[in-house]
Amino acid sequence: MISLTSPVETRAHRWRAGAKLGALCVATLALFFAPDTAWLGAALALTLGVYALPPWAFLRAGLSRLRPVMWVAVLIALWHGLAGDWHEGANIALRILTAVAMANLVTMTTRLSDMLDVIAWLLRPAARLGMNTRPAELGVALMIRFTPNFAERARQLHHAWRARSIRRANWRLVMPLTILALDDAEHVAEALKARGGVAASVPNPDGGTSNGT
Amino acid sequence: MERNITMVALFAALIAALGLVPSLTLAFGIPISAQSLGVMLAGTVLGAKRGFLAALLLVVLVLLGLPLLAGGRGGLGVLAGPTVGFFLGWPLAALVTGFVTQSWRGAPVAIAASVGAILGGIVVLYGCGILGLSLIADKGLWASAVLMTPFLPGDAIKAVLAGLITQGLMRARPHAVLSRN
Repeated sequence: MISLTSPVETRAHRWRAGAKLGALCVATLALFFAPDTAWLGAALALTLGVYALPPWAFLRAGLSRLRPVMWVAVLIALWHGLAGDWHEGANIALRILTAVAMANLVTMTTRLSDMLDVIAWLLRPAARLGMNTRPAELGVALMIRFTPNFAERARQLHHAWRARSIRRANWRLVMPLTILALDDAEHVAEALKARGGVAASVPNPDGGTSNGT
Repeated sequence: MERNITMVALFAALIAALGLVPSLTLAFGIPISAQSLGVMLAGTVLGAKRGFLAALLLVVLVLLGLPLLAGGRGGLGVLAGPTVGFFLGWPLAALVTGFVTQSWRGAPVAIAASVGAILGGIVVLYGCGILGLSLIADKGLWASAVLMTPFLPGDAIKAVLAGLITQGLMRARPHAVLSRN
């Protein structure tokens, strides 16, 4: 599965994911206390400046991800502006753009495995209270494994339709695709049971004993 | 246990796949992503609890940085964007959709699922979406609601389709439609 992590290796790739997420929360909150447009503009310029620190490919990828939000931000600014408050409109558009740009920055510099470690860390108190976290771990793994598979089969169904019909394939493909998914779910469940069930299927990172059934 | 996990995980993967395949535009050539149809189906097929978990799994993985939203979007930026309410409302939408489908046994499955999808996938989801847009854009709820109206017809079609597809699944795989078992 391709993730949104940037292939351009930056220094921030090595920072701790939890620290980056914490910093992001603080920075985003700070945006709501920025006193006026100049401060917000400076925040956006600073964020984009950080994008420009690694090689250019990083900035280019970051800007292309920001483009859809940019249009929405412009629309929201117009929406406020036409109601007579251009100042407020500019503030909100800048705030949205900066917040999204900062969040994308964390996403682009953090590997999926590091993010999963943060989730495991967040779940640790629940595990200590006796909650079984293996179903969640297994669910994440299965979903990552099967998404490209289903996307590929949707494409195959689409090709099969196009080879046989002059009409457009549209929602009619959703039902066969859903049947494929349900059948796969049954098969994978059987395969898991045959291999000892949930308890045996996911290695416990902490090496503790399992209480799964 | 194993079956519950695989059903939830693979349905989350199905919702994601529905958003990734651009050729799956819906009826009348309107280029609407089939992804929200997937969220409705999670409720109508899996029922309230598992449908909720499937949508929640998708939400978590998108936030972790997988490009699973329609158009390959994803990452933490979604939380700061104008669609945040719709995105975070998905689990709740699947929950309500599933609850109606599994509770209203008196009605034929197509009706119960369609009504469930309208209540969950439109009433509840638009409620969340409008609240989110209103907070992000700093506009009133009413003004935000008006901005959403162009998307209503598409989602109404999807709700009816969710009912029809669930009925079809009931015939093809009666034991897999967990909401009615």
